[in-house]
Amino acid sequence: MDLRQIYSQIIMENSRSNRHRYEMPDATATERGYNPSCGDDIHLSIKIEDDVITDASFTGTGCAISQASTSLLCGLIKGKPVTEAKELIKTFLGMIKGEITDDSILEEELEDAVAFKNISTMPQRVRCAVLAWRTLDLIIAKETGTEMTE
Amino acid sequence: MDAILEKLTNPGFDLEKVRSDFAYLELEGPIIYLDNAATTQRPNQVIDRMSDFYRFENGNPLRGAHRLGAAATEAMVNSRARVAKFINSKSVREIIFTRNASEALNLVTYTWALDNLKPGDQILITRMEHHSNFVNWQFAAQKTGAELSFIELTSDYQLDMADYKSKISERTKVVAFSAASNVLGTMPDTREIIKIAKQHGALTVVDAAQLVPHIKVDVQDLDCDFLAFSGHKMLAPLGIGVLYGKAEILNKISPFQYGGEMIEYVEDQSSTYAEIPYKFEAGTQDVGGMVGLATAIDYLEDVGLTNIAEYEAALADYCVAELEQLPDLEIYHPRQGVKGPAIAFNVMGAHPHDVATILDYHGVAIRAGHHCTQPLHRYLGQNSTNRVSFAFYNTKQEIDLFIEALHDVRDIMQLG
Ligand SMILES: Cc1ncc(COP(=O)(O)O)c(C=O)c1O
Repeated sequence: MDLRQIYSQIIMENSRSNRHRYEMPDATATERGYNPSCGDDIHLSIKIEDDVITDASFTGTGCAISQASTSLLCGLIKGKPVTEAKELIKTFLGMIKGEITDDSILEEELEDAVAFKNISTMPQRVRCAVLAWRTLDLIIAKETGTEMTE
Repeated sequence: MDAILEKLTNPGFDLEKVRSDFAYLELEGPIIYLDNAATTQRPNQVIDRMSDFYRFENGNPLRGAHRLGAAATEAMVNSRARVAKFINSKSVREIIFTRNASEALNLVTYTWALDNLKPGDQILITRMEHHSNFVNWQFAAQKTGAELSFIELTSDYQLDMADYKSKISERTKVVAFSAASNVLGTMPDTREIIKIAKQHGALTVVDAAQLVPHIKVDVQDLDCDFLAFSGHKMLAPLGIGVLYGKAEILNKISPFQYGGEMIEYVEDQSSTYAEIPYKFEAGTQDVGGMVGLATAIDYLEDVGLTNIAEYEAALADYCVAELEQLPDLEIYHPRQGVKGPAIAFNVMGAHPHDVATILDYHGVAIRAGHHCTQPLHRYLGQNSTNRVSFAFYNTKQEIDLFIEALHDVRDIMQLG
């Protein structure tokens, strides 16, 4: 595999993007996501109004993979119902585990976040890619009193 | 630079022969292994010796009267004697086998520290400690009410001896420090630190995990009270380590763990404990690891500790000189004085984990992260760093390939 399939244009651009990188004082929930082994450290904030995620943002530091993944996540869930965000988490984690491979489904649901598909071939970096998604999963579980995704 | 290149071409030992002893170099790939401070590779001799132990000398050491039990006991006794000779302890009874340096340092914390520290006392450690010689002292401070203080670093990443002298006092009950930093490569003047500690009546604990693999250590010459190291950072297997302790202190302190082999008489309500070192070795010990460690020591001494130290210093100096040629790179490594072959650095604009991933793709194995030194990284103002660390089986060519791969990092991370 070529490294440029991991460090693709989409990932490099999003890793540097500041579009979703801001504090959210009126957030419904903010959670910290931290990888003690590598030091990726983010705070993910979302605002929920009538079961819809009306705003999503993050602050923090980490590698290109973790930062791009967090930024793309924020862009993807903004404006979506909480239940749909939960489905997106399942699809993303399924993709990373190599369980969901159908490109048409992945592109339809995950849009640019499909760029992380090749991470499944790099086990050492999987934790970076899923950090924000696991953090969102935790927020949703707490807010809705439901189980976290496997 | 000429002297460095000369040393790298003529190391003073048979580098080709040495490299033929390490099976990982035969892997398809190949792998350029520059993560020796995390753990070294093992030569075939060590693996073969352990394999022979388990084939022909395997019994429970110190238990039972049969031949194989005796063979295992003998293997243990000989390995201990080998370690004692290697670091020149006065007695074999001063060598305690542990799982690793962390366990050795914990032993000192749970026995000496909990027995002796009290409110008002000071524990003095340094800014560059590995968590293994840091969190244990935090624990001791919390348990006993002693105060934990830190010796800071100079702008050249050396231990600040003036700061040390200003902080040590009659309140200082223990000075526990790394004789070689696993991140910076800094090697403070261990003998001087110990001398000053003695003048104030403080116990001295040396974390020598990154020293023993590289430099000849003589515990009587250093005059330290305790010294800890790990076998796996010096060609021996994962899971065997050593705590050296002065007999007069070991005789006085409490046992660490309780159970088989560490006792003398066991009554219903109380027991008496075995002599040192057995008092500190509860349960069946890792004799396979011990013979591996003894063989690793044979190997290091065959190559020659002086040869190793000089050659590794040349590798590190050459690498620093090459890194300095690259743009937008910060190097965390002393430029003056004695230092070990570990060099931390950051490529500005590229996170260490991305750097390590890209290098791995080129077959170059380095470490990225905080290397179990979060307080040091806070001091450096970095969440994480890259680290290369050398062993005597590395070569100049490998450093050249590493530097070449670093150019690709700039390319892929679009740093221009
Ligand atoms: C300076 C230093 N001290 C202590 C340790 C702990 O060694 P171990 O993990 O083998 O217990 C290490 C190893 O990472 C080290 O580099």
